[in-house]
Amino acid sequence: MPTISRDEVAHLARLARLAVTEQELDKFAGQLDIILQSVAQVTEVAGEDVPPTSHAVPLTNVFREDVVRPGLTQQQALSGAPAAEDGRFRVPRILGEEQ
Amino acid sequence: MTAAAELMDYDEVIAKFDPVLGLEVHVELSTNTKMFCGCPVTFGGEPNTQVCPTCLGLPGALPVVNEIGVASAIRIGLALNCEIAEWCRFARKNYFYPDMPKNFQTSQYDEPIAFNGYLDVELEDGTVVRVDIERAHMEEDTGKSLHVGGATGRIHGAEHSLLDYNRAGVPLIEIVTKPITGTGSRAPEVARAYVTALRDLLRALDVSDVRMDQGSLRCDANVSLMLKDATEFGTRTETKNVNSLRSVERAVRFEMTRQAAVLESGGTIRQETRHFDESTGSTSSGRAKETSEDYRYFPEPDLVPIAPSREWVAELRQTLPEMPWVRRKRIQQEWNLSDLELRDLLNLGAVDVIAATVDAGASPAEARAWWVSNLAQEANTRGVELGDLPITPKQVAEVIKMVAEGTLTNKMARSVVEGVLTGEGEPADVVEKRGLKVVSDDSALIAAVDEALAANPDILDKIRSGKVQAAGKVVGDVMRATKGQANAKRVQELVLERANA
Amino acid sequence: MSELTRLTAAELAAKIQAKEVSAVEVAQAHLDRIADVDPAVHAFLHVSTESALAQARAVDEDVAAGNVPASPLAGVPLALKDVVTMQGAPTTVGSKMLEGWQPPYDATITTKMLEAGIVILGKTNMDEFAMGSSTENSAYGPTHNPWDLNRIPGGSGGGSSAALAAFEAPLAIGTDTGGSIRQPAAVTGTVGVKPTYGGVSRYGLVAFSSSLDQAGPCARTVMDAALLHEVIGGHDPLDATSINETVPAVVQAVREGSLGDLRGLKIGVVKEFSGEGYEPGVMVSFNEAVEQLRALGAEIVEVSCPHFKYALSAYYLIAPSECSSNLARFDAMRYGIRVGDNGERSAEEVMSLTREAGFGAEVKRRIMIGTYALSSGYYDAYYGSAQKVRTLIKRDFEAAYEKVDVLVSPATPTTAFPIGERTDNPMAMYLADLCTIPASLAGHPAMSVPSKLSGIDGLPVGLQIMAPALQETRMYRVAAAYEVARNESDGGPLINRVPELEVAR
Repeated sequence: MPTISRDEVAHLARLARLAVTEQELDKFAGQLDIILQSVAQVTEVAGEDVPPTSHAVPLTNVFREDVVRPGLTQQQALSGAPAAEDGRFRVPRILGEEQ
Repeated sequence: MTAAAELMDYDEVIAKFDPVLGLEVHVELSTNTKMFCGCPVTFGGEPNTQVCPTCLGLPGALPVVNEIGVASAIRIGLALNCEIAEWCRFARKNYFYPDMPKNFQTSQYDEPIAFNGYLDVELEDGTVVRVDIERAHMEEDTGKSLHVGGATGRIHGAEHSLLDYNRAGVPLIEIVTKPITGTGSRAPEVARAYVTALRDLLRALDVSDVRMDQGSLRCDANVSLMLKDATEFGTRTETKNVNSLRSVERAVRFEMTRQAAVLESGGTIRQETRHFDESTGSTSSGRAKETSEDYRYFPEPDLVPIAPSREWVAELRQTLPEMPWVRRKRIQQEWNLSDLELRDLLNLGAVDVIAATVDAGASPAEARAWWVSNLAQEANTRGVELGDLPITPKQVAEVIKMVAEGTLTNKMARSVVEGVLTGEGEPADVVEKRGLKVVSDDSALIAAVDEALAANPDILDKIRSGKVQAAGKVVGDVMRATKGQANAKRVQELVLERANA
Repeated sequence: MSELTRLTAAELAAKIQAKEVSAVEVAQAHLDRIADVDPAVHAFLHVSTESALAQARAVDEDVAAGNVPASPLAGVPLALKDVVTMQGAPTTVGSKMLEGWQPPYDATITTKMLEAGIVILGKTNMDEFAMGSSTENSAYGPTHNPWDLNRIPGGSGGGSSAALAAFEAPLAIGTDTGGSIRQPAAVTGTVGVKPTYGGVSRYGLVAFSSSLDQAGPCARTVMDAALLHEVIGGHDPLDATSINETVPAVVQAVREGSLGDLRGLKIGVVKEFSGEGYEPGVMVSFNEAVEQLRALGAEIVEVSCPHFKYALSAYYLIAPSECSSNLARFDAMRYGIRVGDNGERSAEEVMSLTREAGFGAEVKRRIMIGTYALSSGYYDAYYGSAQKVRTLIKRDFEAAYEKVDVLVSPATPTTAFPIGERTDNPMAMYLADLCTIPASLAGHPAMSVPSKLSGIDGLPVGLQIMAPALQETRMYRVAAAYEVARNESDGGPLINRVPELEVAR
């Protein structure tokens, strides 16, 4: 039973900002389906009563003192930029609005 | 461009609908450094000079939580009567936007550090409204984009944009209310009073500059209407960019009258963000929220959980200042103010600054006189809040002290204050620069006193017969003669001395 | 080939301190070797000739001045996986997305190694963004296994493992998310160690899966790995997940282990790591290794870890989920390539076009899986459940470590497979990490040391040794003891049997 449709792949690609080709849509739909079916078995064993684990050694309250540390110069910050102007990163026009 | 909105008469709105409010306030903390890195948070630096690999989102860089950011969040939570989480985490809120360097915002999702609180808000007529607080959580600010080209300099029609990440990563606390219902016609007023009370509280906590004009305090207002007999809330809009207390009130009122007109004409409210325009007092349509955003939240794996010990929370509770409303009550008693007088002071936004001036050593009466007469006028002219004038309560107290000590006359004192306001430095610097020194050379004064006494023989008689208060007229004449440069106290002494000589 | 390139790191450091050879000569010998064989092996993406020689000169000046050496590895050359930032050289992570990107900062481990006087020769090839088990996913072409140039050197750290096996460097840095240090070590007959998660700073490692990524030492001997481990390990205030404890005394553990006495030690053989998918040549080599451990005095116990069979599934949800978020920052705005910016297109369009062009197929596939697994409605079923499976696996380990001190298994079910064999079958490729992933999910230390060659195809096989969190010393002790016994019974180190490579000039 396929769990993931071609349309859904297209939706995921939009969410992930990938301008996938038609050919890739078909390829990914097939591959994602196989992978997701095989990984779906995690739901079989993960019972309600099992707490999640994220790290090997549980740590809490790792904080930094509120003290200024030297950062990058403007030149360093912009050194890898595809385009820069007036000390800022120059990017194509932004369509949407801030969330 | 949408057509000019039809609006319903406000009284009619209230007759037909009940408004429901939800307020989201973002506060930029005035820590030394950003939430997750050691970059400074100062306002107005050259673009991209307050950045490092972490806040620029460079590959490989990692975040580390600012302890003061957490402490401030807990203090805010406590001041808002919230429960403080025993254990909570940061999450990643995933969405693409160029001003967000990692394309996710490190925020808190289902595990906020503070939740379930309230803030009692007093309206102008003394009515107290309890606003329930859903949560207060920690997150980080975004960078700033500058839109180049196009007619308006705004996002629409721009040819390209320029990004500055100095602000990216500045600590933010987002404070979210539960739905505020039952306020009826007073909804706009409640909204304003809530943000005002929150601002005063945050200022008293000394955790933020709370400057709405500079964006360190930002408010998004959610407004919906429901028919009087309805059981479910209506569709809400979220109005952004509300940059002053007055705008909060206007924006809510405008949305109420706009939504009512739409509903009345058989239309439906679109769930969307709207933008408030200060100049017209209206809101305009922004991004639609038809499909709910899929932010793909998950716990931030680069950070470990925060589990504030109860001891730490208790310690932080000890650092809470006297709450502004408690202090007001106390001040009212101490200063012997009527309810009306207190309200006038509150409306002027003068209570906190006066209290701070008193704390700095001035008498309540003097402090009140300065802020309410002289400085309130100045604030009005400049169109800013009293607390935002470029003079501190400490400086005002200093000037008052100089007058009391007799080194300044009242007139000179006004000149000193003017100097401070125009940026000439501390009061002492202004005294120096403007050459404001009380004439205390007795020989010059004695001559003036003798002259004035000679011109007023009747008063001289009265003084000699023990009616000391009669000296006032002579003192006034001397002050006029010396163009206000004399020390009035000394003049008074000399008048009595010479009259009885 | 200069004999200098055949020496171990420990031997080189000793000769440099004794002034028998200069650090510059050592560096030059390795640079020459790279020039000779790398056209065929393609282990390096970038060779930092000038900075390497400058670093070597600084060590020589220290030696001449009679200063105390900066570390026991001062002057020893190293190959750095291209996922670790270092100023003055590009960091590409094997991706077209970051072609030519020069980071303006050093990773914490880079700083530590430079301060230790280690000479960094250059950056090694890898599967793009460390996603893969063969180094075929590099945007810059595959690396070839020095044992058989038609075969893969493992992945994602195939450049580092191949550099060691081709005698281009005596030390290398790898990073391991699901096996990217251990699996390449196994298939190239070298030593690779994944430390306890949090034992080595991740600051400056381009993130793949934040809750799993861990850098570690790669070498040709257990002692060399231990020496490097002590240089790069330890607490880093710039990494919030870094453990605030001193580095385990692994060098001392190797000295103890090499005495060849494992009496009193209990070693567990995980039952689940056998059966279907495990090549007979691998199992024979593994079983012989277990017998050698028994001969060294260890008590061998069979243990069962019933939830390990879910590890691969959990891994292929957690790693893609985290990577879909970690790789969102590659958006053509601040660094890296930009595609399709014609002055008309919006930022959003340029982002999508750039990401489409800049990422390879495997990276895109994992971003898509992760985006799906995190999207609303699926989070609990996928990412949430996978994190619960981590707990079950951790409990299996805990139960096992109540009975035994360390666990052993084959490091990978097969020997090096031919280049191109699995590129069209992601599931087959993922099986290469079958044995390494459980320790990754638990965050436990694990390493691969060479056992005997497979009797079937004559290729290297790795013995995986696993230990509880922060118990690296147990693991190194067993590895060192086994290495001595193995070399004695096999007529010398396995690495001596790498075929001679044809020299380019």
